Amino acid sequence: MPEITKLIHKYLRHDKKFPHVWCPGCGIGIMLGGLIRAIDRIGYEKDEIVLVSGIGCSGRLPVYVDFNTLHTTHGRALTFATGVKLAKPSLKVIVIMGDGDAVAIGGNHFIHAARRNIDITTLILNNNIYGMTGGQNSPTTPYGMRSTTTTYSNIEQSFNISELAVTAGAAFVGRGTVYHARLLDSLMEKAFLKKGFSVVEIISHCHTQYGRQNRLGTAVEMMEQQRDQAITMEKAAKMKPEELKDKIVIGVLVDKELPVYQDQYEKIREKAKGSVGG
Amino acid sequence: MLLQGNEAVAEGALRAGCRFFAGYPITPATEISEVLSVRLPKEEGTFIQMEDEIASLGAVIGASLAGVKSMTATSGPGFSLMQENLGLAIIAEVPCVIVNVMRGGPSTGLPTFPGQGDVMQARWGTHGDHPIIVLSASTVRECYDMTIHAFNLSEKFRTPVILLIDEVVGHMREKMVIDDEEKIEIFNRIKPTMPPEWYIPYEDTPSGVSPMANFGEGYRYHVTGLTHDVRGFPTSRPDEIGPFISRLHRKISSHFPEIQIGEFFQTEDAEITIVAYGCVARSAKRAVIEAREKGLKVGLLKLSTLWPFMRSAVEKVFQTSKTLIVPEMNMGQISREVKRVNRGVARVITLNKVDGTIITPMEILNRIAEVS
Repeated sequence: MPEITKLIHKYLRHDKKFPHVWCPGCGIGIMLGGLIRAIDRIGYEKDEIVLVSGIGCSGRLPVYVDFNTLHTTHGRALTFATGVKLAKPSLKVIVIMGDGDAVAIGGNHFIHAARRNIDITTLILNNNIYGMTGGQNSPTTPYGMRSTTTTYSNIEQSFNISELAVTAGAAFVGRGTVYHARLLDSLMEKAFLKKGFSVVEIISHCHTQYGRQNRLGTAVEMMEQQRDQAITMEKAAKMKPEELKDKIVIGVLVDKELPVYQDQYEKIREKAKGSVGG
Repeated sequence: MLLQGNEAVAEGALRAGCRFFAGYPITPATEISEVLSVRLPKEEGTFIQMEDEIASLGAVIGASLAGVKSMTATSGPGFSLMQENLGLAIIAEVPCVIVNVMRGGPSTGLPTFPGQGDVMQARWGTHGDHPIIVLSASTVRECYDMTIHAFNLSEKFRTPVILLIDEVVGHMREKMVIDDEEKIEIFNRIKPTMPPEWYIPYEDTPSGVSPMANFGEGYRYHVTGLTHDVRGFPTSRPDEIGPFISRLHRKISSHFPEIQIGEFFQTEDAEITIVAYGCVARSAKRAVIEAREKGLKVGLLKLSTLWPFMRSAVEKVFQTSKTLIVPEMNMGQISREVKRVNRGVARVITLNKVDGTIITPMEILNRIAEVS
């Protein structure tokens, strides 16, 4: 049996009524593959994984896998994950979000989770559009592009999710694309093993909505565009900002040691127990 | 012990076994956060101040799913922000407690003054058709007891429970005895005992409540805000949605005697009965005592459970009283319910005040004089 078939049998829910909700050619399957490969390599028990999602195409991911799974409200996945992690720190908490989920409606939760440095891994599938609701403008839709709510042209500047995570104080930030599946696997593995708030931004394509409205071609053609636009961190470091316009910088953006929230809170508990009154 | 209502809420939560609190500062509820930020770490619990009230309730629901009794506290504006995740806690059947220390409104309104304007928001605030349990308190001791009751009901029925108090009760100080030896019933959620492969997380039972597995204890299942089948998986099949939503209502509606708490004070022969809750019930009690001294047959029905509405208690009052007075610090929220169950048996008189000051015993006495 090929390795992926074994993993499918091991990690997918057989009592879930397939088929899944995603369009043929969507990049989310590559992300899901990377997720279970990384979990399998590290050797987590299925019982210790909690997969939390918000709303949108990415929000539907947890239901298909055999972990503790939690499908929450739009943009709020990180808040639920915070509660789960602090209540039971032995659990490995992984959050799945889309671009609208993470940095539009959930933008405030995202920067604060990064600032607190709670030990949670956040995977953000960035496909530049609201896919499930039919292709509306998202905070990562590039300037000048079309969507069903910017039919004349998008006049807003877009967020750079990874840079936002770095600035907000995340301990680990990596960016990959669904074209670079192997890099994605290794970024996820690194993120899972990182103590602290870790983020992997996964550049994907929505050929059904974003691609069709902007005449970017099929899923395969859009993945080839990812290949052509991608620049490694090492190469990007030697390039000028204007040369990096329209490029996707991939690799590890940040990996630093910071005090982890739960460890700090354990110290607070000891301090509280030592104090009188209250 | 001389305790403030808000402090008594915190003490009650600890006694009930609450070990997780997430909140956001807001007057007049902040003392609950402050006390628990000091006390919870001593008890191996966790306190976290979140970025807003949406996040606070999200964290509370997450912590409860991981097996820890959890609570948040807020006031009107924050309570509005919680309505989204409140719906998720209802549909996913996650026990938790939300305390709303009501102030004057709408909007920023009167942050440091009392109000009772959130009775209907507590009932209908979140979207979609849903059942809800809402309790209230009118003394410091009741803040303690009703917080424990709120936790017990939330664990028993796998549902969020809201405790509505008001600025007066939250900030008022009264003598209160907490006896650690006192026998207080504490209810913990029923957990599954069958092997994980037999566990059906949203299976119907005679009580309508299914056993609840905590994350990380071997029962891997799916929790979602979508309508779901008995296994927790999203469904759009009418034959699965109908029974599911009906069960959500039935698990509350078939347990009214356990949920509904009220106090009948001198109502046996009362010709006029006052129906009140929160700080207004205190003034109402004083008014009843003074009216009785004047020889008037007046009684009080104090509602400690606001929702589900205590229809049978009000109907009992109708047996003797042909006049009901409903004083409230809003334009008439509970009085609507009293009128609804009245069906022409009695006169329902309102007494509404929305200027940020309490309804005094004298104002209630004056209304009694007007109608008797």
